[in-house]
Amino acid sequence: MSIEPAPPAGELAAPSVDMQASIGGVPVVSPVLTASGCSAFGAELDPFFDLTSIGAVVTKSVQLRPRSGRATPRMAETPSGMLNSIGLQGPGIDGLLAEELPWLARRGARALVSIAGTRVEHFAELATRLRGVPGVLGLEVNISCPNVESRGEVFACDPVAAADVVAAVREVADPAQPVYAKLSPDVTDIVSVAAACADAGATGLSMINTLLGLVIDPDTMRPVLGGVTGGLSGPAIRPVALRCVWQVHQALPDVPILGMGGIRSGLDALQFVLAGAGAVSVGTAVFNDPSAPARIHAELAQALGERGFGRLTDAIGYAHRRPDQPAGRLSRGPQ
Amino acid sequence: MTDPQGRSRDVGPPLTPPVPPATSTPVQGLAEVAFRRPVGAYVELGLHAPDIARAAEPGQFVAFAVGGPTSATLLRRSIAIAGVDAGRVHVVVSAKGVGSTWLAAQQLGAEVDVVGPLGRPFPMPPPGTPALLVGGGYGAAALVGLAARLRAAGHDVAAVSGAASADRLCSVDELGGLSAPFVVTTDDGSAGRRGWVTQAVGELIRGAGVVYACGPMGMLRAVSDQAVAAGIPGYVAVEESMACGIGVCMTCVLPVIGADGRTRFARSCVEGPVFGGDRVRFADVGTLPADVVGADAMGVLPA
Repeated sequence: MSIEPAPPAGELAAPSVDMQASIGGVPVVSPVLTASGCSAFGAELDPFFDLTSIGAVVTKSVQLRPRSGRATPRMAETPSGMLNSIGLQGPGIDGLLAEELPWLARRGARALVSIAGTRVEHFAELATRLRGVPGVLGLEVNISCPNVESRGEVFACDPVAAADVVAAVREVADPAQPVYAKLSPDVTDIVSVAAACADAGATGLSMINTLLGLVIDPDTMRPVLGGVTGGLSGPAIRPVALRCVWQVHQALPDVPILGMGGIRSGLDALQFVLAGAGAVSVGTAVFNDPSAPARIHAELAQALGERGFGRLTDAIGYAHRRPDQPAGRLSRGPQ
Repeated sequence: MTDPQGRSRDVGPPLTPPVPPATSTPVQGLAEVAFRRPVGAYVELGLHAPDIARAAEPGQFVAFAVGGPTSATLLRRSIAIAGVDAGRVHVVVSAKGVGSTWLAAQQLGAEVDVVGPLGRPFPMPPPGTPALLVGGGYGAAALVGLAARLRAAGHDVAAVSGAASADRLCSVDELGGLSAPFVVTTDDGSAGRRGWVTQAVGELIRGAGVVYACGPMGMLRAVSDQAVAAGIPGYVAVEESMACGIGVCMTCVLPVIGADGRTRFARSCVEGPVFGGDRVRFADVGTLPADVVGADAMGVLPA
């Protein structure tokens, strides 16, 4: 017998679902956010949907200094996805504080600021600079960066290095700003990295970053991207991302998860919520549909309502629960 | 370190002011294919999109989602606006890859998801300035609206339209009706004069006070050099590979000299596609020149 009850006919038309979500304890109006690197600093998406209607704009990763990014070509289209090698082009923290963050604050949008660096102290300095900045909801720590002090090994691939960054950021960051560590799927055991970050003081975990990939042009017989390898994103990576969210939520059920990786529809987002994500980021889908975050919010609300959930929060991790365990409106139990 | 390097230093400051952004904001919607005709090797589509048609200015483009809502081909295809007519936005599609082939195959009545108008339009010259328009392949389509606007404002308009062969020419009738002299060139001599557009440009540029060009990068570079040599401003509409078309993906960048003389990686979609040709460092495309703003932060490990 299925636990999924047929929704009462009257509720099909206008399901009313409480979509309030939480980013590490900070309430937000929607569980749908943009994804770092896929929405610049938000302003370009303003014509397409109301930036204040989503949970937050997750900024492109900012570093201490302005960065040019890599030489072109920076992009290769792949089946249900793309490979990118941008190289974190951006204005640096001074530019962000002078231009982009004030614009978002004036607009009434909230920012989850992605910070990146190549030394632990870079991350800490960025977190210090962002203390008390208006409109900054929290920090997402992009640890998928090469660590200068470890011959370029990516922080996120080493639980100790990842924890070092998180601990340094948490120590100096504004206590009102939750700190999310963004994990890489290119590891043997993502749960151990997740646990190390949580132990080091991460308020939550963002997962996943892109997977490292390669495309070779059959005509030139050379790699397409100027940076040779690039990060694979889009619906092609969704099952990998969902698996990571599932595994980490199972091991660390109390750690908030911001889920991302190929989310294109409300039903995609629902899968991440059911696997344990309390909120989701919409990334590459924005390139296909610039209004995707608002659309996915509406589709997710509809999907939750159709499945009998009165609140988003009741659905978080639902797929892990035993079929006879009560959840949400289903607490009445299958009849 | 921050001084502009390369050509700009050799020939002095750019002759073109930075191109200002459009005054309109883009919209997204489903548009019905309301017009369709083959044009040589291309297909011209007219999309019913009154909001975009009303706001569009010459030089701007639209970005199409391809393959329908569940398509595995996610990235938008950006195509220059070839003109507007009766609430329709016209584009000329060159079927090359999977996306453009899908788009070119759309029939009357089909609906496609389109975003526009996008990008910065061609700036108008001072009153009375005679203009020379140079189109390469389907790039000529992007100049038709500009030619009409220049004529309406009282400018003399000359034009050159070139392509590899006759079937790759575009908008010949439209440009021919709006410009004089009008010269057609083909590499193989199958239409007009045999040879490249640059030869005709060399003859016509003496009578021009401004040059506008749209076409392949090599042609844009050559025409831009000709404008610099003639001492007149030249504007180019570039065709870079774009993933989003709206400024969020950062894939379509070119090294461009800004108002402060410093070179940055500028997004072709929102800071272009129209640039002053003498501000684009064509020779450095595909490289990371050391004097690009932020290049000094790119070295992660000592060599």
